Amino acid sequence: MSSHKAIGGRLFSVPFMVLLVIFLIGCFFMFQRFTSGIGSVSNLNGGFAWGIWVVFDVVIGTAFACGGYALAFMVYVFNKGQYHPLVRPAVLASLLGYALGGFGAFFDMGRFWQFYEIFLPGNWNFNSVMLEVGLCVAAYIIVLTLEFAPALLERFGMHGLLKSLNKVLFVFIALGVLLPTMHQSSLGSLLIAMGHKVHPLWQTLHMQPLFALLTALIMGFSIVIFEASTSAVGFGRHSESGLLSKMGKVIVGLLLTFLLARLVVLMLQGKLGLIFAADFASLMFLLEMVLFVIPLVILLSSERRSRGGQLLIAAVSMLLAGSLYRFNAFLFTFNPGPGYSYFPSVSEIMITLSIIALELMAYLVLVKTLPVLHREEHA
Amino acid sequence: MKRRDFLKATLGGTAATLCTTAEARSNLEPAPEAVGMLFDSTLCVGCKACVSICKELNDMPPVTDNNQQSWDSARDLSGETLNVIKVYKNGDAKTKDAEINGYCFEKRSCMHCVDPGCVSVCPCTAMRQNKVTGIVTHHPDVCIGCRNCMVGCPYNVPQFEYNELFGQIHKCQMCNQAGLERVDKGQMTGCAEVCPTGATLFGPRKALLQEAKHRMQLKPGEIYNYPRGDVSKPYSHHEKEVPAYRDHIWGEKEAGGTSVMHISTVPFDKLGMPAVGDRSAASIAETVQHSIYNFMALPAVALAGLTYVVRRNTDDDNDGGES
Repeated sequence: MSSHKAIGGRLFSVPFMVLLVIFLIGCFFMFQRFTSGIGSVSNLNGGFAWGIWVVFDVVIGTAFACGGYALAFMVYVFNKGQYHPLVRPAVLASLLGYALGGFGAFFDMGRFWQFYEIFLPGNWNFNSVMLEVGLCVAAYIIVLTLEFAPALLERFGMHGLLKSLNKVLFVFIALGVLLPTMHQSSLGSLLIAMGHKVHPLWQTLHMQPLFALLTALIMGFSIVIFEASTSAVGFGRHSESGLLSKMGKVIVGLLLTFLLARLVVLMLQGKLGLIFAADFASLMFLLEMVLFVIPLVILLSSERRSRGGQLLIAAVSMLLAGSLYRFNAFLFTFNPGPGYSYFPSVSEIMITLSIIALELMAYLVLVKTLPVLHREEHA
Repeated sequence: MKRRDFLKATLGGTAATLCTTAEARSNLEPAPEAVGMLFDSTLCVGCKACVSICKELNDMPPVTDNNQQSWDSARDLSGETLNVIKVYKNGDAKTKDAEINGYCFEKRSCMHCVDPGCVSVCPCTAMRQNKVTGIVTHHPDVCIGCRNCMVGCPYNVPQFEYNELFGQIHKCQMCNQAGLERVDKGQMTGCAEVCPTGATLFGPRKALLQEAKHRMQLKPGEIYNYPRGDVSKPYSHHEKEVPAYRDHIWGEKEAGGTSVMHISTVPFDKLGMPAVGDRSAASIAETVQHSIYNFMALPAVALAGLTYVVRRNTDDDNDGGES
């Protein structure tokens, strides 16, 4: 008997219908993109070849989808079995996040009709960071599907297959830890080749993969806290804040490592002065730092850490901090040179919003129909 | 073997792998018979004959501005403009080639980097550098349109046709792409051939660099016989007073150097050239990437360690406690 169960309830709830409307509006613009080209719906240009579709949908979206990664680390590598109840919902959220990140990458692709060229070994350029990101993300989507498959197999009573899958699942769990470590760090390495276009405060060259990996883990743990807290409220479930607060210690370690490394690297690269340049970039940097420090203050105190509300504030702050770090590096302070500027168009934003809406709708439907959330009595 | 010992061994092995593979890749060297162009901003009169012939040879329409069809009004590079002449203006813009209260012309086209970022970042090898000539070409048949070449180019040269549903990346291929092959046929690039003043000079990179260095040595005010066309076999010359060149050949060293080099009397940052530094960003990115992924040794070791640990921890999953 499974320790997870479908929570049931009405599928076409009010939040679902609102999300559906947003999704349908986005569909209209997606149709336009696939009939009249990227230029008809976006403000992308010769200097800003990557806009919110790449930076938000893929670079930040996949970090939001790192819950499965962060938990796999805790449960299976550091053997903290007590976090097991959180794994399945986190894996589902990761699967949806990555699948839609992949979809985002597809409609951003200028030559989408020959996307398969990246999967042909004869074409591979092993110097390319993008190759690593593309192949690794594709592989991880397959791994996440297999990691989530038990929920489906349980639902449809395919016990034979479930048993066989469980026997080899450990290989995929190991891959589920390795692959995000690889491509999440590579997302940072993408910035290296952009050279001078990336603002010096974010162009840390050799250190890019480390910062990207740390933000991925920080955001991964935060989204687990965020999901657990919101489903406690949204679905009227028992709060798991006791379990979540213990996670705080790990996050404190990650936050301290990130902040310390960030400042030491800037010092070694002689860029500390730029923090106080009082320009847009320095303001963004300071805002980012504040968002990283808020959760640190909350999580360092065991009293604050055990309060659900405080924990949620810490999680939201970290999600914003990690997103802002990536936004700043790739977009906000990105400067391709004179003559170029970028602000996303309404249709561009609507397409991104509709992808998020689709993701949330799928999550709502799947937790109601499949055994994803942990049974109450065990929680 | 205890898990702790195993983790230690894995970490040790990983560190050893990392140390033995972390050899920094330096900037690439110019191809043995690299061809290029030298753009002397002080010779350019802004006639845009080069822009026009470029469109003709590459089969691209002229850009019109406010319905005025005056040859070509392209303001910058785009999916239908591979070469453009831009104007620098300062103050009352009266004196040609003066930094203050002057104006001058600057060419924008692919610099054909010695260590090209676009080639390094392209996942599908759709950007290629010729091993002999150093010319960087684009091959849309394998391109997925990820546009990493655009963000990876220090000069924003590769341009995507955003207004086409089935668009592609365009860039200058030094008139040597399949079907045109002017350089292979012993001809020069279209823009160098039509340039009336020799502002755009074609030739072997070495000879062009020598010519540029020679111009730096000349005394301002003396008369120099400027070649037109191909520096190694000019079809004609013209005499002109030597301007006060800046002692800076753009592309001699910048980020590993470029095959298309510029000289000017106005500092290059004023002409919109980026602060690229000496080392190519591509060489740093590749050093990092190959330190981590050399022969996939590091990921393989990590996967072996992770599989072992996960296997152990899923076996006693039922009690869910610490081991």
